[in-house]
Amino acid sequence: MKDLRYTRFLGFISGLTMAFTGAIGMIEVFNQRTLIDPFLTMGTLMLLGIPAVIGVVAAKGRSNPLEGPTRDPLRGALAGLIMGLIAGVFASLFVLLVDTVDLTEFFPNLRPAMVDAMTFGFGVPVGLAVLSAASGLAGAAGGFFSGMSADIRRGMGAALAWVLGFSLLQGVVADIVEVRTVIRAIYSPQDGLQWWAALIIGALAWWLTLRYQGTGKTFAKRVREADPKGSLRRSLIGLAILMAVFLPMLLGGILNELLINVSFFILMGLGLNIVVGYAGLLDLGYVAFFAVGAYGTAVLTSPLSSTVNPEMSWWLALLVVIGLAAIAGILVGTPVLRMRGDYLAIVTLGFGEMVRILLLSDWLTPIFGGAQGIRRIPGIPIPFTDITISGVDPQLFIYFTLFFVLIATYVSYRASTARVGRAWAAMREDEEVAEATGVSTVSAKLLAFVTGAIIASFAGALFSAKVGAVFTNSFDLLVSIVVLLVVILGGMGSIPGIYVGSLVLIGLLGGPKSPGLLAEFGAYKLLFYGAILVFMMLKRPEGLWPSKLRSRELHIGELSQDAWLEKKGEFSSADGEEATV
Amino acid sequence: MALLEISGLSKAFGGVQALRGLDFHIDEGEIVSVIGPNGAGKTSFFNVISGIFSPDEGSIIFDGDDVTHHAPSEVTQRGIARTFQNVRLFANMTVLENVMVGQHCRTKAGILGAIFNTPSQRAEEEMIGEKAREILSFFGTRLAGYRLDQPAFALSYANRRRLEIARAMATEPRLLLLDEPTAGMNPRETIELTGKIGEMRDDRGLTVVVISHEMNVVEDVSDRVVVLDHGVKIAEGGYADVSTDDDVIEAYLGRPAESDDD
Repeated sequence: MKDLRYTRFLGFISGLTMAFTGAIGMIEVFNQRTLIDPFLTMGTLMLLGIPAVIGVVAAKGRSNPLEGPTRDPLRGALAGLIMGLIAGVFASLFVLLVDTVDLTEFFPNLRPAMVDAMTFGFGVPVGLAVLSAASGLAGAAGGFFSGMSADIRRGMGAALAWVLGFSLLQGVVADIVEVRTVIRAIYSPQDGLQWWAALIIGALAWWLTLRYQGTGKTFAKRVREADPKGSLRRSLIGLAILMAVFLPMLLGGILNELLINVSFFILMGLGLNIVVGYAGLLDLGYVAFFAVGAYGTAVLTSPLSSTVNPEMSWWLALLVVIGLAAIAGILVGTPVLRMRGDYLAIVTLGFGEMVRILLLSDWLTPIFGGAQGIRRIPGIPIPFTDITISGVDPQLFIYFTLFFVLIATYVSYRASTARVGRAWAAMREDEEVAEATGVSTVSAKLLAFVTGAIIASFAGALFSAKVGAVFTNSFDLLVSIVVLLVVILGGMGSIPGIYVGSLVLIGLLGGPKSPGLLAEFGAYKLLFYGAILVFMMLKRPEGLWPSKLRSRELHIGELSQDAWLEKKGEFSSADGEEATV
Repeated sequence: MALLEISGLSKAFGGVQALRGLDFHIDEGEIVSVIGPNGAGKTSFFNVISGIFSPDEGSIIFDGDDVTHHAPSEVTQRGIARTFQNVRLFANMTVLENVMVGQHCRTKAGILGAIFNTPSQRAEEEMIGEKAREILSFFGTRLAGYRLDQPAFALSYANRRRLEIARAMATEPRLLLLDEPTAGMNPRETIELTGKIGEMRDDRGLTVVVISHEMNVVEDVSDRVVVLDHGVKIAEGGYADVSTDDDVIEAYLGRPAESDDD
């Protein structure tokens, strides 16, 4: 009885979510993209993915946390089916409402096209039944598979992930120049994966996962045992760097463009990570330092900036900009020295906006060009040659961004393991005690702000050289928030986490001003940013690739002394992974 | 001359006068206990000395220098280290790292040294690690071996107390302020730590001020006992004298019943 009530509740949630995705026009937009030719579009996936995922939840029921979920495919399927049907009926009622009452005047998305999209093109009477039934089946499938044995679940998961990966990332795969013809055969001439290719990829992924499951871990362990000094690991890093050197040549312009954007956010993420992740100072105005870097470079190098016009070379300008960023770091850091937590966040948020408004102001228009911005910023000259590299050649420009990403990574890594890093960690743990233990929190905070600011100014300098022009709208609050999201998604205090976070967030969804691989998400980017943030905070607050310090911090309750001893092995393996960066 | 010379120290929190014109001194190599009932101002006294609170009035002279309104980190730098009543470790850092932080004010490598991995920075890091291990070895095997790399929160309560003392010792202080170092320890651990406090003075030349509620610790360890009540010093002297002092007994137990007759 209790279980049924829970199932019903999940059904309503699921139906509400389905109706919501329809009402904001998402299904319609996503339907334009075919994932698997001829039957699966992204809209269908979105619409039926909701009951499928919630079906998994429904199948688990409200199990006793001590006993763990009871796994029974048929009971799971039944729970999923009931849940899915409730959801489907709920969503159908919504569609019926939209179909009968004309609401387009108030909600422009609630139009016949939406009804079409949500009923898979079958129209009202038939389509409603199809929607309900499909939703029920999706829920049942979710429930059924969650009840299967671990092997099947793992195989199924891998198959789904690979098929979705191949179909969603069609743009990437097709943009890899060298293997274009071979790879392209698996895609249909219109759009989407061929249905037979989807089957093959799924089956292959399933088989490979089961065949090699667990070997990854033992392999990693074997490597660690055979290679206690880590020389092999070091050569692997070397290999990764080598790959980074050649990868841009293999990729087309679009992907390189995207990678440049990703690297900008890796750079800023690494910088913010020093401030937020290491020193524990929540800075919501981080974009200010990015703006200092970009506008500094623009004013110093562009022949068009009206009053101040030194027309320096980019490298010389970079040196000046580093100095400017350091000053900006101190300017922002000093007044907030005594603030913590929420107060610090609010004040820094204000600083970030102040910088943008100052750049726009009439008062500084002679220097910064106001709303006109500064244009004709030259590219980056390569020393001792006549070559200048700018954003028109992303295949070459990416090397500059990668170079600075490497520098920032190295700086972060060295600083975090040294005396300053310990001071930051101590300050983040307990500021008062750190101070009483002889750590001058004033200088530790300022150092964190200055280091973070300088790294952001690298990103700014590269940004203005790449785009060739700067406008204030590239430096709004959203940038600060997205950089913070990158850090949270990847894992605060974790260097590899920043890479992962930036690749996932900026690479897939896109940055605040730039599209990602899943261009369809464009209009709903903010929705997804928010959803990701909420999900991460609830389910995985330590991030995708957490630092050992953070995961300890967040799971402090789970790790009593004895549990820690048992888990010791796990911790040391996590340490090993982090050491590879 | 006294190592620490405090005169007329006052501190109020709103309407609560935590310290009222307190005079205190301690000589090099002395172990002094500060006792008093709850709310007597003992911890406030430590907080003011270590710079966490700035006093309203009075002066604190440490080794001839006025440290009255200095920041806590400066006070620590000059050689006064402390522990906290409710153990405050850097819970997620390892045991070794906790102690290494203590060395912060005795070392100077900056971020540039770290980035360029200079020989002096490497030598310093090595020295910090070695010193930290050496200080932890003060507690024998309790904080050695695999425990070095354990996060501090995984330690037992007594070990946390020991680690906090080790962290304070790592700042290479001349004066160590211990706030209830034996609270929550069992009798055996208490005796062990009492012995360690003696060793701090005898082997390491530290001057120690101990706040304690456990009278056997106070009796064993102190050269001199200072009794506070309502922020005022009500008695001072050897343990035997203080423990029989009428004012002290009154402060702890209240006014004796027979005196109601007066």
